[in-house]
Amino acid sequence: MKERRFAGPAVTGTLLWVALVCVAIVIVVHTRFTADLSAFLPATPTATQRLLVSQLREGIASRLIIVAIDGGESSSRAQVSAGMAGQLRKSPQFTAVSNGDESGQERDRAFLFDHRYVLSESVDPDRFTVAGLRGAIQDTLDLLSSPAGLLVKSLLARDPTGEMVQIVDQVGAGQAPRTDNGVWTSKDDKRALLVAQTHAAGSDTDGQQQAIEAIRGAYANSVAAMPEAARKGLSLEMSGPGVFSVAARTTIQHEVLRLSLLSMALIVALLLAVYRSVPALLLGLVPVASGALAGVAAVALGFGVVHGITLGFGITLIGEAVDYSIYLFIQARQSWATIGLGVLTSICGFAALLPSGFPGLAQLGLYSISGLVAAALVTRFVLPHWLPSRFRIRNVEPLGTAVATAVRRAHRASWVLGVLAIAAAASLYVHRNSLWNRELSALSPVTQADQDLDARLRADLGAPDVRFLIVISGASQEAVLEETEHVGAGLEPLITQGVIGGFETPTRYLPSEQTQRLRRSAIPDAAQMKARLEEATSTLPLRASRLEPFLSDVEAARTHPALSRKDLEGTSMAAGYDSMVVRDNTGWTALMPLRAATSATGAYIDIEANKVRAAVAAACGATGATAGAAHADAPADAPVPRACPERQATVVVLDLKNAADELYSTYLAQVVKLSAYGLAAIVVLLLIALRSPVRMLRVVTPLALAVLIVAGGLAVLGHQLTILHVIGMLLIVAVGSNYALFFDRRATDKQRDAVPLTLASLVIANAATVVGFGVLASSSVPILAALGSTVAPGALLALVFSALLAERLPVTPGGS
Amino acid sequence: MKIIGILALAVLAPLAHAADSDLDRLMSALSQRKHGHVTFVEEKHIAMLDKPVKSSGELLYDAPDRLEQRTLTPKRESLVLQNGVVTVDRGKRHYTLDLRQYPQVVPFIESIRATLAGDRAALERVFHLSFAGSFDMWTLTLVPLDSKLSGSLKQIALEGTQDSIHQVEILQSDGDRSVLTIGPAVTE
Repeated sequence: MKERRFAGPAVTGTLLWVALVCVAIVIVVHTRFTADLSAFLPATPTATQRLLVSQLREGIASRLIIVAIDGGESSSRAQVSAGMAGQLRKSPQFTAVSNGDESGQERDRAFLFDHRYVLSESVDPDRFTVAGLRGAIQDTLDLLSSPAGLLVKSLLARDPTGEMVQIVDQVGAGQAPRTDNGVWTSKDDKRALLVAQTHAAGSDTDGQQQAIEAIRGAYANSVAAMPEAARKGLSLEMSGPGVFSVAARTTIQHEVLRLSLLSMALIVALLLAVYRSVPALLLGLVPVASGALAGVAAVALGFGVVHGITLGFGITLIGEAVDYSIYLFIQARQSWATIGLGVLTSICGFAALLPSGFPGLAQLGLYSISGLVAAALVTRFVLPHWLPSRFRIRNVEPLGTAVATAVRRAHRASWVLGVLAIAAAASLYVHRNSLWNRELSALSPVTQADQDLDARLRADLGAPDVRFLIVISGASQEAVLEETEHVGAGLEPLITQGVIGGFETPTRYLPSEQTQRLRRSAIPDAAQMKARLEEATSTLPLRASRLEPFLSDVEAARTHPALSRKDLEGTSMAAGYDSMVVRDNTGWTALMPLRAATSATGAYIDIEANKVRAAVAAACGATGATAGAAHADAPADAPVPRACPERQATVVVLDLKNAADELYSTYLAQVVKLSAYGLAAIVVLLLIALRSPVRMLRVVTPLALAVLIVAGGLAVLGHQLTILHVIGMLLIVAVGSNYALFFDRRATDKQRDAVPLTLASLVIANAATVVGFGVLASSSVPILAALGSTVAPGALLALVFSALLAERLPVTPGGS
Repeated sequence: MKIIGILALAVLAPLAHAADSDLDRLMSALSQRKHGHVTFVEEKHIAMLDKPVKSSGELLYDAPDRLEQRTLTPKRESLVLQNGVVTVDRGKRHYTLDLRQYPQVVPFIESIRATLAGDRAALERVFHLSFAGSFDMWTLTLVPLDSKLSGSLKQIALEGTQDSIHQVEILQSDGDRSVLTIGPAVTE
């Protein structure tokens, strides 16, 4: 009868488990994994954050891959560079490939020259008056007499007013990297450089990976096409946001696999040593595997995509989920109520992460909750039925007795706790100003070596990371282009003052239609032009009769239809323009990246954001808008959204680094707040479940001490705290509460004979947890290491402190 | 980029000791010179123009590879060659050119720099040299070895007496030419 009574639930439980496992496997197999920074970007951003996020995910900078060909001979590098550029330009995966070769430069020059009268900023209503012509031609003659004279000589007949010289100045000649053997090269001539702009957005990790593979393929082909001797020593290096996300994904995949295997191996060794039973070991792993599977499946269902880092956190689940089966196997009398309460406190901790606006944290919360619940349920309702009738593990009672003796002896020294706590508090106080790391890059999975490579290649290229962007948004392309021109005029003085080194603007290649119209209308009709030119040159050594080519060019320009985006097709300016003028569902956006000025020693001078904002605000003021004043009381470092009403365009000066760090600060503040809610929920839960403030304190005090001492220790060791440390502290409480609850139960339990076994199970469970997190602490991914190095010592301390304090705090009759 | 094309330099200084009147003697004398500061007047004869355009200013030289051309009229402009890098300042504009990137400019630069430095080997890497006259009054004509590399440059003729250069004439293949006449030394 007894047998039959159990068979029902056993079969039901097992069947249900099998069904759920199958469903979870199907979900997991169809899951997409990603590894970019998006896990740490807000799901519901503010306007500025939205700009920042779209820049980080899809912006110009996110699509750039810098390629360096290192080693070998200069001529071999140039040959590889040329070969790669040729292949990559044919690939639809790239919108632009530049390596400094002559390809396309002739077309670019032809475009600029053919349209010089609408592109030149010198063309204003006075340009083609008699005085204007005379002045412009005299300037050109002066230039002829200078050492640069021969440069303009060949253009004299067609361009006597020097518009091409003006345009070359505008476009900013001399910004390009050095050239050696016809291709771009690093300053020390050791690397050939190539810049590829991908079609895929930076956030599209798969697309970026394909682009990187295409570059590798082009490199391999180009090298293979060379004679054996020339190939020697050549190597390929790449950097850029896309390269980073692909590398991060690979690293995380490797790390997750490596660390999972390592912590599995260690835990298996630990359990084998304890149980001396293979069946017990295998059964003990069932809840772990079930939990991990349930976690991934839940995240996949909830978010549609699983972030690689979530899997990294998942490793910690191994150490925690295995605890339940340890309790089941070892404790003489399973205290499911206590374990259940432990699971509930953990859930309270992780649930605090669920409402986070950052997908990475919410995923972590959901993963851990579903994983723990699944592991606990499997341990409670499936595993007991699977235990063979002659299930035996080694007797661990001697271990428990030894631990009990040790605890009794050690508790006399528990005053050390007080000293440690005071020392930790002092350390936190001393380091209070440098306690927190407030930079978003603290979360970056990019290794230091990769960051160094990126810095080196950018320096080679003379292309510092774009930090400041002016973002102009409006309803139409014409509206944003017109406003871009106003802002550009406002920025010019900053170049002279040395506040900025320069700026990029799409209107250098395609002025607004209004400006084009203005410039064309400055040109008088052919007869009048001829008369004016005669008069203007009467006092000059250049006779009008020699300038027939000029007259026909300028007449053609006068009647030419307005330039549009399609006129740029076939030039390298097309890609440049497209990266700066973007259309989305809300309208048009133009971007003006600012360049830092350089000091005499060639170092970059930091751009002062408030001066840029003032100049931009003044540029709008000049057009009659007053909206800038409305934001005068905004903090100096805040973006100043500013509307120019009559143009229907908004201008924002975006400091990418500042915005990113502000974003991170918000994120940090939110995590601290959510963690506090989580802790409060745990306290309330314990109060309700234990029905005694004293018992609640007995459970919470050792955990609080563990958190305090770990935080103090991290500060002493010079670690700046990041979000991951805060989450780690939450985990110390969530995991440690299991231990504390057992000691609380022991203190109120009359049945003390089970003590040694309970103690043994706690020590083994704790060892498993410490191993799991300890392995994580060895990760090369900074955020995984931060979590591991917080929780591993924290969990150990939580157990020790719980044991020590359990002996000291009074036993109350309340819960017995 | 022929910005450097018309760059010319000369040096006036105390007389060097007398030696054999041949090219090597000239080169040797020139190589003794470590510093020079003179005035110049330059005329460019351009077919398009009815009369030549003129400019004037000062030239400075410090051995072995720093040249500076300070144009004072008609517009102030400074052009400095140092360690193979040319920087130009004209009004608000500032340009920097690395000569290694502009091999077509090298003949213009080397003709002047290597002559001033008395570096015959460097000259012969780029030009065919012909020497006429004597050490006391000489003409050194430089014709580029590689016409493709030198672009529009046809030849450069330097005239001088002993270790002083008096005139540099640059002839272009289209017939246009520039004549740079060296004036007296500037007292510093």
